[in-house]
Amino acid sequence: MIGKRVLTGKHFMMGNIACAEGALAAGCEFAAGYPITPATEIATRLAERLPPVGGMFLQMEDEISSIAAIIGASWTGKKVMTATSGPGISLMLENIGFAIGVETPCVIVNVQRAGPTTGMPTAGVDGDMVQAKRGSHGDYEIIALCPASPQEMFDHTVLAFNYAEKFRTPVFVLSDAFVGHMREEVLIPGPEKIETLIRKIPEAGTDPLQIKGFLDEDVAPMPIFGKGFKSHVTSSCHDEYGKRNLSDLAALDHFVRRLSNKILKHKEEIIRVERDYEGAEIVLVSYGAVSRAAKMAAARGREAGLPVGTLRLITPWPFPDEEVEKMARKTRKVIVLENNLGQLYPYIKAEAAHYAEVSFMPPSTLGMIHDPEDILKRVVREVLK
Amino acid sequence: MSEIVHPLHHFIRPFSTSTTNCPGCGNGIAAQSILRAIGDLEMNLDDFVFVTGIGCAAWIPSPLFNADILHTTHGRPIAFALGIKMGLPDKKVMVISGDGDLAAIGGNHLIQNARRNVEMIVICLNNGIYGMTGGQAAPTTPVGLKTATTPYGTFENPFDISQLVIAAGATFVARWTTYQPRQLTATIKKAIQKKGFSFIEVITQCPVQYGKKTGSGSAVQMMREYKEKSISPKEASKLSEEKLQGRIVVGELLDKVKPEMVEEIMKMKKRASGESK
Repeated sequence: MIGKRVLTGKHFMMGNIACAEGALAAGCEFAAGYPITPATEIATRLAERLPPVGGMFLQMEDEISSIAAIIGASWTGKKVMTATSGPGISLMLENIGFAIGVETPCVIVNVQRAGPTTGMPTAGVDGDMVQAKRGSHGDYEIIALCPASPQEMFDHTVLAFNYAEKFRTPVFVLSDAFVGHMREEVLIPGPEKIETLIRKIPEAGTDPLQIKGFLDEDVAPMPIFGKGFKSHVTSSCHDEYGKRNLSDLAALDHFVRRLSNKILKHKEEIIRVERDYEGAEIVLVSYGAVSRAAKMAAARGREAGLPVGTLRLITPWPFPDEEVEKMARKTRKVIVLENNLGQLYPYIKAEAAHYAEVSFMPPSTLGMIHDPEDILKRVVREVLK
Repeated sequence: MSEIVHPLHHFIRPFSTSTTNCPGCGNGIAAQSILRAIGDLEMNLDDFVFVTGIGCAAWIPSPLFNADILHTTHGRPIAFALGIKMGLPDKKVMVISGDGDLAAIGGNHLIQNARRNVEMIVICLNNGIYGMTGGQAAPTTPVGLKTATTPYGTFENPFDISQLVIAAGATFVARWTTYQPRQLTATIKKAIQKKGFSFIEVITQCPVQYGKKTGSGSAVQMMREYKEKSISPKEASKLSEEKLQGRIVVGELLDKVKPEMVEEIMKMKKRASGESK
């Protein structure tokens, strides 16, 4: 294992370990973090695996410096990531906004645990779904992926690196204690079969005054440090050249809109869903670990002749509004399943309620994945209603 | 007639035609000392990455210096700088920021990286006040001073930042005031060449938010006071603690050799990959 970047083969692997292996396969060179349950295994695996392949994991003094250090390293051209849980994300939020503002590729893994505050560290609750999108101050767009298995902890981490590099932005892997600590079969392909992307940088020798390194809706080449680009990188409102502007509201409007449009313009390319609702009169909408229960309930329901289907949101952000609307147009009832008190529910309802009757179903006890039998009972009730 | 050009002008970013500093601010003196040191060492600004936080001092290199600059969030420049040093170990990483940024909100990153002894140069402009936000008390404000947030006088003890950084494990620590720009330049040259965590505290005047508001006078009066209060470490060692009250100990306070973190990491990587056992 030592010295091998891609662990090609079939493994019985924990989700968090698969995440670290995904990072290595994607080309991660630097990671920084702070121990926290239930994400710690990602840090310890990276600490062991990165140095022999020329990379490095640094344990920092807190989560604030962890995200700061990876952003700094990303500006030197390295592929970077950090992994934490809700309390760590809460500390990172200001610098996540910084990474968005100066368009820094980085991967942030949140193995969600029960909050608010210290909550219950070993309980998986998807309570940070909206925090990922709205936690840092100001208007912005974010990309997030919701894995549902150790295999996807690997696959989505690779994909997260590719999105980060391609769109020059932080990308969240929104896992939880269930998926992070789940052990299942993980297939790691050969390195040649894993697609990895690298950010564009300006051509060597370009006149620094001519480099438009920011605010391009089609993603500006990143004027990384150490190449003589004389890059001025400031999180204050700035123009395409990185020049600060703190007085012109038109410049502010340009700054905020361009950053958001960079993601929104490429929504179709970014958004991923799993649709299985052909002919269904009731659709179960879910994501992450809960989508496994929804899938099982739908399969059993169909065996019993119930017209039930599923829609799984793989990317909760950017929000797949058109996908939700498309589904709602084709069905009568939508049941939103989340392992929380309804975080994405209002977003789904806003798109679906015009066409279908939308309701919410939390788990019987917060932190327990929905029992497929309970979901099925609910479906039957909805059919008989 | 040929145009008169400042000898350090070639270090200034072409689009920078003005500064945000108030008249009499000590930032200009520090900026000159930094650029003179780099020029004297016959180095190029491309040899450096500058990292700043939030506050007036952060605007010394950003955007003025024609170099790679990361202007970061409040208190965090040293943490960002660590990541940059990890990615570009051959570049000189210089953090320039103020006492509020580095010793208050960012105090933990300051001591942790001094402890790590990671090679970087940290220049702390200590004006004893929050200048940008209008003269609020800092962890460096002298006891009893009336500020915007302590209208009846401060009731907290100030930090001696240099002693804090020495205790935390830095390998090069110095303090000068804006009254000693030549000494400051010589010290910055040493710090740039030092293999380790170098910290330079620059006691500087904020004539607008400190001088005017606390009755300490104009920039010239404040600098005259620095001259009178300055004392070398050698002379200071002869005085009792009481007699040292109100004096500013200036000079190179520490210069020692300890393993540097990035070098230690390189060695560790070789061990981990089985290259040397």
